[in-house]
Parts: sequence; C-alpha cells; structure tokens
Amino acid sequence: MAPQTAKFTEPITLKCGAVIDEYELVYETYGTLNRDRSNAVLVCHALNASHHVAGVYAGDAENVGWWDNMIGPGKPVDTDRFFVIGVNNLGGCHGSTGPKSLNPATGKPWGAQFPVVTVEDWVKSQARLADRLGIGQFAAVMGGSLGAMQALQWTISYPERLRHALVIACAPNLSAQNIAFNEIARQAIITDPDFHGGDYYGHGVTPKRGLRVARMVGHVTYLSDDEMANKFGRELKHGKLGYSFDTEFQIESYLRHQADKFAEYFDANTYLRITKVLDYFDPAFEHGGNLTRALAPAKASFLVISFTTDWRFSPERSREIVTALLDNRSDVTYAEIEAPHGHDAFLLDDARYHRLVAAYFDRIGSGTAP
Amino acid sequence: MRNGNGIQRPDFAAIAEWVRPGSRVLDLGCGDGTLLGYLKAQRDISGYGVEIDDASILACVRNGVNVIQGDLERGLSGFEDHSFDYVILSQTLQAMKNSERIMKEMLRVGLEGIVTFPNFGYWKNRLQIARGHMPVSDNLPYEWFDTPNVHLCTIADFERFCRERRIRIVERKVLTRGKNVGQWPNLLGALAVYHFGNGG
Repeated sequence: MAPQTAKFTEPITLKCGAVIDEYELVYETYGTLNRDRSNAVLVCHALNASHHVAGVYAGDAENVGWWDNMIGPGKPVDTDRFFVIGVNNLGGCHGSTGPKSLNPATGKPWGAQFPVVTVEDWVKSQARLADRLGIGQFAAVMGGSLGAMQALQWTISYPERLRHALVIACAPNLSAQNIAFNEIARQAIITDPDFHGGDYYGHGVTPKRGLRVARMVGHVTYLSDDEMANKFGRELKHGKLGYSFDTEFQIESYLRHQADKFAEYFDANTYLRITKVLDYFDPAFEHGGNLTRALAPAKASFLVISFTTDWRFSPERSREIVTALLDNRSDVTYAEIEAPHGHDAFLLDDARYHRLVAAYFDRIGSGTAP
Repeated sequence: MRNGNGIQRPDFAAIAEWVRPGSRVLDLGCGDGTLLGYLKAQRDISGYGVEIDDASILACVRNGVNVIQGDLERGLSGFEDHSFDYVILSQTLQAMKNSERIMKEMLRVGLEGIVTFPNFGYWKNRLQIARGHMPVSDNLPYEWFDTPNVHLCTIADFERFCRERRIRIVERKVLTRGKNVGQWPNLLGALAVYHFGNGG
C-alpha cells in the first residue's frame, strides 16, 4: 500500500466564500472494491492524523497507520471484506493541498492566504474523491472526534451517499470551554515571533515554540485526570526536586516530548485552520439551534459511541446527537463505553469498543454483496 | 431482567397481540432485542431498545436491533414526550429501584404502556412462603440473596397502584405456563401483562 494523489481541476467554492481553483488530495486505500462498488468505507481523520489510516509502508515498519488497531485484515473494520479509504483533508499538511503547498497564482506557498476551511468543505472534497474512485454510495463513513463530525456532516450533505455512519467520541458543536482551549493553541502559534503572520515558509523558520504549546494544551484535554494520575502521578524524572524550571515531573517530560515530536512534522498553519474547523462546526446553527432539524435529511443508520471519561466530548454531547436522531426516527444505536482514557479512548484498543464496531460491520457486511 | 438466551417468552405473544401493526415501540430493558425482533417480524413495528448492560448492547447490534445504552433508573430524559406509540417494560418493573418513576416516564414518552411482571400472589409463591421460604420458580428464578428483584408485587397491588395514580388499565392478560387464566387471576396467574394509558 502506498499513498496516491488525486488532482482536481474543477474549482471548489468553500463555505467562507473563497475559491480554490485546483487542489490535490492524498489518500490511501486498503482492501478491494467489490464488483457492485458497495463495500467502500471512508475513514475521516481527526485533528492531527492523516490519510495513513492502517498498515505500514514497505521498508518503514515504524510508521504505523493511526487507526491500525481498528482497521486491517481480520480487524473490526475488516479490509478482507471492505474497501477502506483514508484521505488527508484539504488544508492538511500530509500531502493534500494546504497552506504549505505552492499557490499556483503566486508560485509561493499559500501561507496566510490559504482560506479557512470547514467540515462541510472537507466533506464536499471527499465526495469529489469518491466520484473519482467511482463510489456512488459508501457502506459506511466513520470517524472519531473531528472525524466523527465529518461522518455526521456526510449524512446531512449527502444523505443518499452512505448507508451507515459511525460517529465516535463526537459532539454536535464545540462548547465554550473547547473553543477556549483552541484559542489558547492559536494564540500560542500566532504570537510566536517565528510565525511571521503565517508566511514563515519564506523565512526559513517555523513557529515551533507556539506549535509546541498548542500541542501541549490539546494533549492535556485528550486525557482524563485519572489516566494522567495513573500514568505519571507526581513521579519525578530525577528522583528529587531540583528547584528549577527544567523538567522535573514525568508529566512535564512527557508533554515536552510529545510537543517536540509534533512540532517537527506538523504545519502550524494547518493546525490553526483545523482548530477553526472544529470551532465552526455546528450543523444546528442554520436551523435556529435545532439539531433535530439539522439532521432531518439523514438517511443513514447510525452507530454513536461515547466514552465515559471523555470530558472534551462528553457522553452528554453524544446523547444530544442521539436524541435528535431519535426525534427523526433514524436508525440509531448508542453505546457508552466505560473507559478510563478520556477522549483518546477512541484511538485505543478496548475490547468492548472493538467488539461492538466489529459486530456493527458484520451487520453492514451481511447486507453487502461479497 | 431478561435472561437474553433468545428463547421466546410467553408474554411476548401476549404483547404482540396488542401492538398495532406499523407502530413505534420503545422496549425498556430490551436484553438482546428478542422482543423487538419478534414485534418487527409479527407486527412490522419500528423502534428502539434501552439497555444498560454492555453484553446486551452487543447482542442487539448482532441482532440488528436499534438500542440506546442508558440507565432506566435515571429516567428517559433523552426521549421526547409522546414520541412512541408503546413503551414496553417487560419483566423489569420488579427489578427497578424507582418503579413509580418509570411508570410515569413510560406514559410521558409513550401514548400507552405495556408492562409485564411475575405475580407474587400466584398460589405457588404463596405456598412457598407459607412453608417458610422465599419463592423460587420459573418466573422468579432467583434465590433471595442473589435476586435483582426489589419491588415484587401482586396483581391486586399493581391495580391499586394504577387506580391511585389515575393510570387507566386498557387490557390485562394473566398467564400461567403460557395459557390465559380466567378466574382468580391473583391466585392462579403466574405472569401479569398490562396495557395501560393516561387517565383512569
């Protein structure tokens, strides 16, 4: 398996009004599309992930797909049965057209000029990729967190084009607290002297310091208090207090390490935009805050899953989605998984969670030609 | 609670007779979804189950039944008023801590309710008590120390409960080994099945 690139020359009009004349989307596929093209599954990525959903590349055993425990041969989303597609979203930094790509109009990286995208824009571009691959209707569209928002948006934007939506660790919109965390992240990046108003590419620098802080804030919100207590507690790195500002507690060391790793590979402009994608997502907004009406077009069957210790996108937020689906008489199953890991639980290997997804895909598969 | 072994229980057929074809059903404590599957096949209903148990949720998914994970003791807050034709509570009432509240919630969310419970007044139960023991039977399969049942009642108790709360009993069926009981239901009936609505 290797990433592929689809080039689109038909302009795409974004929700903000901006038009991108041409763009590329990088994607990967796993498994085989069946003859009647009915076994395709689209996996939408969350904040910092990519098209590399499962497996490893030849000669690079280190780089394992971000949802490899969920997707692959014999796994809950069984690629022996389903044709799975992972795509790096528009505005991303893993190969799809984004702020660090060259703007054909100027011959320079887009930088600050790259528009602010939305979940709706992503879904629209994913639908174009589906057209390109000859997929009229997905067996399922799935995702966790921001990925789940895309799955939800699919059921609204293209109700005829998917039979199932797996909406995992989701929320119908961000709370003020969530937006606040995102704003801290953005401010960290924007106020970094190396940011240069977003056009740092030409200066030979990246706003790493800001990106590091942004990642730290984000990371803390993905874990539960208990999980952090279990993993790190008040454990000291050198066994004794140093009365300095070096890393002393293990949690500090862990956060710094995660931040360093992240700042090496992730593009700050992409990070800024993705936090905006999250902030703006609110399908009920155009319906006077009525989520039931927003989800009225949906025709898919839903599996909604939340995790008990997820305080970033809490079970209550998933239940809002479920209530709206019930009001609309949509097919929906809702499971609340007792897991200690907080928001990150959707990425982890939890037997109950994975059994449930496997059973759901079994049902999907039984209604799908081989 | 439902034992979840997929065997059709005698109250299922009684319930199916009352449920209008094509109606919307909410099954509280739905177990593995057998009743909903049965009603779908027999009466072409659409609906959802509510369950707290992880294994039951998984079984419902395997059986293709819509199920919402939740704790009935916390009420039915995710469900709109009168959004279902029937809300069913089958052999679960006696295991609820807050039996009164769930009856009220059933008539908020449903136009009508259907409830089934083992009749504690059944003569075999009375006999075992007369002999000095807590009853153990097909309908009450638990020993006193491991029973989930906390609010057992008799047919007479349930009907008084409904009268006092202005719950209108639409129909009643009393069964023993799957057969209808006519005379002295509170003595001869092992299982009670009630169809009720608002205003008595």
